[in-house]
Amino acid sequence: MFQLSWKNLVNKPLNMALSLILFALGVGLISLLLNLNHQIEERFNKNLAGVDLVLGAKGSPLQMILCAMYHVDNPTGNIPLEKSKAFLNPKHPLIKQAVPLSLGDSYRGYRIVGTTYDILQLYGASLAEGQLWANAMEVTVGAGVAEALHLHIGDTFKSSHGLVEGIEEHEHDFKVVGILKPAGSVIDQLILTPSESIWESHAHATEDGGGQATEGDSSTVGGDSAALASEGHDDHDHDGHDHEHKKVAPTVYDSLTISQLAEQQRMELMANTDKDITAILVKFRSRTNIQALNMGRNINENTDLMAASPPIEIARLQTNLGLGADALKALAWVIVVVSGLSIFISLFSSLRDRRYELALMRVMGGSPGTLFRLIITEGLLLAAMGYVLGIVLSHLGMAILAGFMQNTYRYSFSGLQFLPEEIWLLGGALAVGFVAALIPALQARRTDISETLSNG
Amino acid sequence: MLSTSNLQYSYDGKTSLRFPDFRCETGEHWLLLGQSGCGKTTLLHLLGGLLTPGQGSVMVGETSINTLTTSQLDKFRGKKIGIIFQTPHFVRSLRVGENLELAQQLAGVPVDRQHISALLGRLGLGHKINSKTDALSQGERQRAAIARALVNKPEVILADEPTSALDDKNTGEVIRLLEETATEVNATLLVVTHDGRLKEKFAKRILL
Repeated sequence: MFQLSWKNLVNKPLNMALSLILFALGVGLISLLLNLNHQIEERFNKNLAGVDLVLGAKGSPLQMILCAMYHVDNPTGNIPLEKSKAFLNPKHPLIKQAVPLSLGDSYRGYRIVGTTYDILQLYGASLAEGQLWANAMEVTVGAGVAEALHLHIGDTFKSSHGLVEGIEEHEHDFKVVGILKPAGSVIDQLILTPSESIWESHAHATEDGGGQATEGDSSTVGGDSAALASEGHDDHDHDGHDHEHKKVAPTVYDSLTISQLAEQQRMELMANTDKDITAILVKFRSRTNIQALNMGRNINENTDLMAASPPIEIARLQTNLGLGADALKALAWVIVVVSGLSIFISLFSSLRDRRYELALMRVMGGSPGTLFRLIITEGLLLAAMGYVLGIVLSHLGMAILAGFMQNTYRYSFSGLQFLPEEIWLLGGALAVGFVAALIPALQARRTDISETLSNG
Repeated sequence: MLSTSNLQYSYDGKTSLRFPDFRCETGEHWLLLGQSGCGKTTLLHLLGGLLTPGQGSVMVGETSINTLTTSQLDKFRGKKIGIIFQTPHFVRSLRVGENLELAQQLAGVPVDRQHISALLGRLGLGHKINSKTDALSQGERQRAAIARALVNKPEVILADEPTSALDDKNTGEVIRLLEETATEVNATLLVVTHDGRLKEKFAKRILL
């Protein structure tokens, strides 16, 4: 019976192809949307990393979060350490962990982040080879960066402004001292360095190019020029000092040592009250503490800083994105219904051609139920093949999209991830195939053999 | 054995057709002659259980086929009655041999490929077993239809104008093969026709 259904379909290859392609398109589109939605959501959620609050310059909270948490947007501006140092204090009663971020530069599209070892703990990253960044212009790169740019320990490179490749290059050389293990989060796509590196490279850039740094550079707004004015004064003094006390990278990487070093780094950072940073990622000691919960609002109302909650902003973003996805999904279902209709029409018209055959099958001993099952099987077979083709298409599309997204957003997506929803989709597809075949099948079941054969 | 008694059929409840009672013994070959429009095909459909009579009954072997349910009747027909139609039709997506296999499957008989190829060989179609049915000539198609009617070794073979589309040479060939193969399986053969060419070939005739 199954074979006969199959042969009947293959006998009309054009009809079959049309129904199949339509069906595959519908299923593929739905599956693609499901996967895309799922993987984006997964990325976003994974990179939330338990951050309760992001502090930065006033502007769009979503932009700040996209910039500081996901590194896909430009900063809203900088904040003076003078005003933000309290949040970096390890003794802050409400804050368990604070990760300072100095942003603004990138290397071939990968962002250079001036920060402390706190970021390692936040994203659960650890060293694969080499050492952690300790001195200005030393960088430890994420696994994804190292792989994509073929960076090795000892390599040097020049940074450029913003997130776009090759706009203008700073003069200073960064030196790769270490590479991180893959962590499966955004840290894989980052280049980590002390905040001093960012200050230093911008100081030199502005020395060379005058007002260059303020223009088109969203991270090093006003405060930076002010900062370098002061740096310029005691530049010589500083340098000599640094050379004598070159910091040594840690050799022990247990979490206690790292957090102690991170605290120390933060304390040192806090001392630079004349400098700016871009944002601070904050984790509360307790999420149920009323004071902690009110902290964001207090900051927004009473200070020049802005505070935003990543989960809230991301949820808002997803709702907005979701709206578009829902519309597309509805469209995909329309395609599926149309393809169901096409299955219906092709079965129905083939029925007219095959009236005599069906009557003949009754003569040969087939019951009305046999004919019913035959047509239903043809519908289900088409739907199942359309489903398989659609899933293949969607995952192929996903794999292609993954390459594209990797290039633009530095996020990795996979075409090989399958969702439980896709099983449900199979159920839906078979249901459409069944419904489409139902009326033709009932028609086949009712075939009047005598009349059909007399007129044949 | 094939017999009828008091068989009547009416289309849309008005014009009623009455058919004479007759009785064909096992292995006998009969010719049923009649002009067009006198209900020959209707009678054949009644005999094959494709139509339900308004009155009377049809006996095939020991079974009164009108007492069977629809699907019982379908199975019974598949196994015990072979029918050959005026224009031979096949399941077009299947090849000649596969059409015969389907006839076995639908009748609930195990598929016997050896029997099928022997039967096709007997009918001079051995080389066409894997041909598309559309690719056969008229004569070949009618012979393939005979093969299909015979594949389950039926007790009764009904043929409806089997030669009306054939030339003299093919007609002679088809009738000869039909009679020979019917004899080989000891089936009762009833040929319904208005084709005068067949008159002298059958001794036993029913006139409608």
